[in-house]
Amino acid sequence: MNSFNYYQPKNIEDLFDLQECSADNYRLLAGGTDLLVRLKSGSITPEAIIDIKRIPSLNSGISIEADKVTFGALTLMATLESDEFLEENYPALTEAVHNIGSVQIRNRATIAGNLCNASPAADSAPALLIYDASVVCVSRKGERTLPLQEFIKGPGKTALVSNEIVKQIVMPLPSQNQAGAFSRLTRRKGVDLATINLCCQVNQTGKARFALGAVGPVPFIVEENEGLLLSTDISSEVKKSIISKLMEKATPISDVRASKEYRQAMLTVLGWRAFNTAIERLQNKI
Amino acid sequence: MEIKNVHEITININDQPYTIGVQAHHTLLDVLRDQLDITGPKECCGVGECGACTVLLDGQAVNACLILAVEVDGSEIITIEGLGGSVHLSPLQQAFIDAGAVQCGFCTPGMIMAAQYLLNTYPEPTKEEVRVALSGNLCRCTGYDRIIDAVLSVSRQQKERVK
Repeated sequence: MNSFNYYQPKNIEDLFDLQECSADNYRLLAGGTDLLVRLKSGSITPEAIIDIKRIPSLNSGISIEADKVTFGALTLMATLESDEFLEENYPALTEAVHNIGSVQIRNRATIAGNLCNASPAADSAPALLIYDASVVCVSRKGERTLPLQEFIKGPGKTALVSNEIVKQIVMPLPSQNQAGAFSRLTRRKGVDLATINLCCQVNQTGKARFALGAVGPVPFIVEENEGLLLSTDISSEVKKSIISKLMEKATPISDVRASKEYRQAMLTVLGWRAFNTAIERLQNKI
Repeated sequence: MEIKNVHEITININDQPYTIGVQAHHTLLDVLRDQLDITGPKECCGVGECGACTVLLDGQAVNACLILAVEVDGSEIITIEGLGGSVHLSPLQQAFIDAGAVQCGFCTPGMIMAAQYLLNTYPEPTKEEVRVALSGNLCRCTGYDRIIDAVLSVSRQQKERVK
């Protein structure tokens, strides 16, 4: 690893000062599970590492209000994974987080780190998308809130501007007439990037949505709004073909994990699986 | 910018306090092994995929290869050396020997630390829960079954002792 200066600001004002005098030649360190890998490989060689873990305002934990849940940027994957309120109300998120890395990685990795790394395969992203999450960003100039779709711009790219950071993630409380589920394809269960990850959300009003990861430059949503997937008059075979048609909006690439043809074919399989789990959960609520 | 990268940190490792100077770009694993000669944690993949460097940091299982030493100032660390040694083996260490869960031995310290974390947090795991808990630790020799048997046997022993 190349040498660098290490700073550990104790509040957000000190962080902004450090960012300004480091002239963009710095990296923020939260959990470090992605950053250290890139520092070691030499793919990034910043002059300064700014460790944000001891900034209290980024570490607000999980707070539950009447209409929304907010978690601090530094909330650990392990904390999200074991939170009972999240498991009950956002099961697809709990499932997604449970699949990230390993126990050791989840004890260290943060939710904001996962989003800011902006990997097309980020496991938390599809779940946060179906739950309509927004990202609260903060800089010296103030705060702004962006829907997650607008926050993730491309592989490794976010909407953050210079010297702006993620402060919190906010999810509205999902309505009682919807249910979600997560599904993932990997070569091995632990410590592997997803070949595909996806979430399905079904709503009693007839809407079905799928958030797809690792099959395009950014995770994104496809929707079926005509109630066909939730109709009881339509056969499973027809429903599968509807899902298959929806999945044509994906633009997977071939890489070390799978060919684009295999990914495209498996999207329908995973979509069908997540859809059935979501439907089952919806029926259990009624 | 002038690089000033030696930092003084105070840490507690296996119940021993240390105040040492560490380079900013050295990982916790580098410092444990090369500076303090605590060589139980192993470096294998170096990118958090194999778990051979697993230690407990303030009670949480983590990969020491993915943490800067300077980050852990003020923390408590337990390595395999902190569980027991050749004179007095810990129940998990003894169980690994009894079950034949050690072959080349390179993954063993990390595997035992990950297993210890599981038993500290879930004293009575199912076989499947052991598998999930150890999925961040690779072993290329044993085929895992004997490792899982060893962890389950300690869980059973502890349960009997509680009775």
